[in-house]
Amino acid sequence: MRYYTDEHEWIDVEGDIATVGITEYAQGQLGDIVFVELPEVGALIEQGKDAAVVESVKAASDVYAPITGEITEVNPALEEDPALVNTSPEDGGWFFKMTIADEGELDGLMDEDGYKAFVEGL
Amino acid sequence: MRTLCAKAPKEQPPRKLSGHRTARLRDTLESVPDSSGATEGEVSRHVGGCAEALRSPDRGGSYAAAPRALPDCRILPGIFRVTDHDTEDHLEDIPLDALPLDAWHRARGARMVPFAGYEMPIQYEGIVAEHSWTRESAGLFDVSHMGQLLLSGPDLDAAVEAVLPIDLSTLKLGQQRYSLLLDEEGGVLDDLMVSRWPEALYLVVNGATKWDDMGTLREALPDDITLNYLDDRALLALQGPKAADALARHTTGEYPLSALTFMKFGQFKLAGHEVTIARAGYTGEDGFEISLPADAAAEVADLLCAAPEVKPIGLGARDSLRLEAGLPLYGHDMSPETSPIEAGLVFGINKRRRTEGGFPGADRIVREINEGTARKWVGLTIAGRLPAREGAEVFAGEAHIGIVTSGGFSPTLGAPIAMAYVASEYAAIGTALEVEVRGKRLAATVSPTPFVPHRYYRGS
Repeated sequence: MRYYTDEHEWIDVEGDIATVGITEYAQGQLGDIVFVELPEVGALIEQGKDAAVVESVKAASDVYAPITGEITEVNPALEEDPALVNTSPEDGGWFFKMTIADEGELDGLMDEDGYKAFVEGL
Repeated sequence: MRTLCAKAPKEQPPRKLSGHRTARLRDTLESVPDSSGATEGEVSRHVGGCAEALRSPDRGGSYAAAPRALPDCRILPGIFRVTDHDTEDHLEDIPLDALPLDAWHRARGARMVPFAGYEMPIQYEGIVAEHSWTRESAGLFDVSHMGQLLLSGPDLDAAVEAVLPIDLSTLKLGQQRYSLLLDEEGGVLDDLMVSRWPEALYLVVNGATKWDDMGTLREALPDDITLNYLDDRALLALQGPKAADALARHTTGEYPLSALTFMKFGQFKLAGHEVTIARAGYTGEDGFEISLPADAAAEVADLLCAAPEVKPIGLGARDSLRLEAGLPLYGHDMSPETSPIEAGLVFGINKRRRTEGGFPGADRIVREINEGTARKWVGLTIAGRLPAREGAEVFAGEAHIGIVTSGGFSPTLGAPIAMAYVASEYAAIGTALEVEVRGKRLAATVSPTPFVPHRYYRGS
C-alpha cells in the first residue's frame, strides 16, 4: 500500500517496514538534484521531524519523517547518483526505510487519488 | 517612459545577508507561485524557505515591497511622455507587475516566480540544461525588470561625477562602463552600467533597487538634470558563444554587429525596430544586451528563438552562470554593509577618482584602496557534492573568519562553488578553509575567480 503526505513524500508499506521517497511532482518542482543527505541507520525519528535534506541546484529542502520509526536502511545509490531522485523518484530514487512505530499515523496520510487531487489543487 | 519626479511605487528594501539553510519541502514547492519577488540573486531568501531559492536570481532582490515616504520632487521636462505612477500605500499585497513578455514566457512553459516586483521566468526546461545551453550555444534572457534610466541636462558629466565614482572624461560615445551607487559611508546602494549616449547618459540598474536608485539620483542630482525612466522599453540579453551569429543575422546598422567589442554599444535595426545593443552581459560569455521598445519584445524574442542555436533561459541559470563567472549579485554579495573595495570592485572606482575623490563615501573608499580592508570577497571551491549556500559560516580551524554570500552547485564544473567574505589574512589563493553546512564542516579552498573563464569578445 502506498501513502502520500502533503509534504510530497510517498511511503510504501510492506509488512512492518516503510520505504520513503519524494514524489514525481516534488522532484519536478525541485529541479536538478545534486546531493541527498540521508539519516543514520538506527536513528529514531519522530513523525514530522527532519529526516533528510535534498539539495537541488536551486536550494536545500528538508524532507520530514512521514511517520515515527527507526531508520533501518538508506539508499546507497543516492550517494553516487543523486540525480536518481529526478529520473526515478518513486522507485530507484527512494530515500530510506524505517520501522512503523504507530500504525495509526498512517491513517492521517493520503492515498494515491487523494494526493493527485491535492497536487491538482496547488 | 516617464520622467521623474520620482514617486517610488514599488520600492524594495535591500535584502539582508542572512543564513538561510533549508526549508520544508512543502514550502519550497508551494510558496513559489504567490510570494513576491527580488532581483538578481537566486537561492535562499528568508521568507518561506527554499522556495526563496526558486525566486531570486537577480541582483539584490527582496520581497515584500515596502512603501516609503515619497521624495520631495517635481516633474521635470522630459523628452518623452510624462506619466505618473500609482503609489502603493500598503505593505501587503502589493501586486506584481507583468513583464512585457509575460505571456510569451508562459506560452513557452516557463515557471513564473515573483522577483524584483515582477513575475519572472525562473526556468523553462530546467536550470542545468539551460545553463549548459548558454555555455555551448546561445540563451535569451528577459531582464526587462531592470531599470533603464536616461540622464540629460547641462553640465551632465560634472553632476553625475558628484554622485558616481566614474571618470566620464574617458567614457566616449558608444562605450559602456560598470559603476557603483554608493552611500555617504561608502556602502553599496547598487551596481550599474553607464553608457554614453549622444547628449545623455544611459544607465541600467538592478530591478529590485531601481525605485530607490531613482530616488537617490533625483535627490543627489541638480534640478536641471532630467532623469527619465524608460519604462516603455524592454531589455533582452542574448548570451553564449553563438549569440553573435544568431543576432547578426537580423541586425542592420551603420556598421556590422561584429564591430562591437566587449562593453561597446551601438544603434541598430532589429526586425525593423530601432534598438540599442551593448556587447555585455552577466554570464561570462560573449553576448549582448538589447534595449528595445516593449511592444516589440515578443516579436524580437520570437525571431531570435526561431534560430536553432537560441533558447529562452530563466533566472535560475542566470544565477548559476554568473556565479561561475565570479560576478557579484547585488543584495547578496554586496549591500550597504559592504564596501566595493572589500568586494574587489576597485575597478568600479575609476583611476582619477581614486585620487580626486569627490563622490559619496570617497573618504572611506580612498582609505581602503590605500590601506586595504579587514575582509575580502573570495571564491571558494568546496570538496564533495554538498553545496554551501548564502549564509554558511567559514572557518579556519576553530576561528570563525567569514561568511558565504553566494553559493551553489556549478553545472560546468560538476562541483559546489561559493563566494565568501573572509578575513583578509585568509584570502590568499590556495588557503585551506572549512565551510559549515548543517553542522558539518566541508573542506574549502580559496580559488581564483572566475571559476569558469570569461569569453568576452575583445576584437579579432
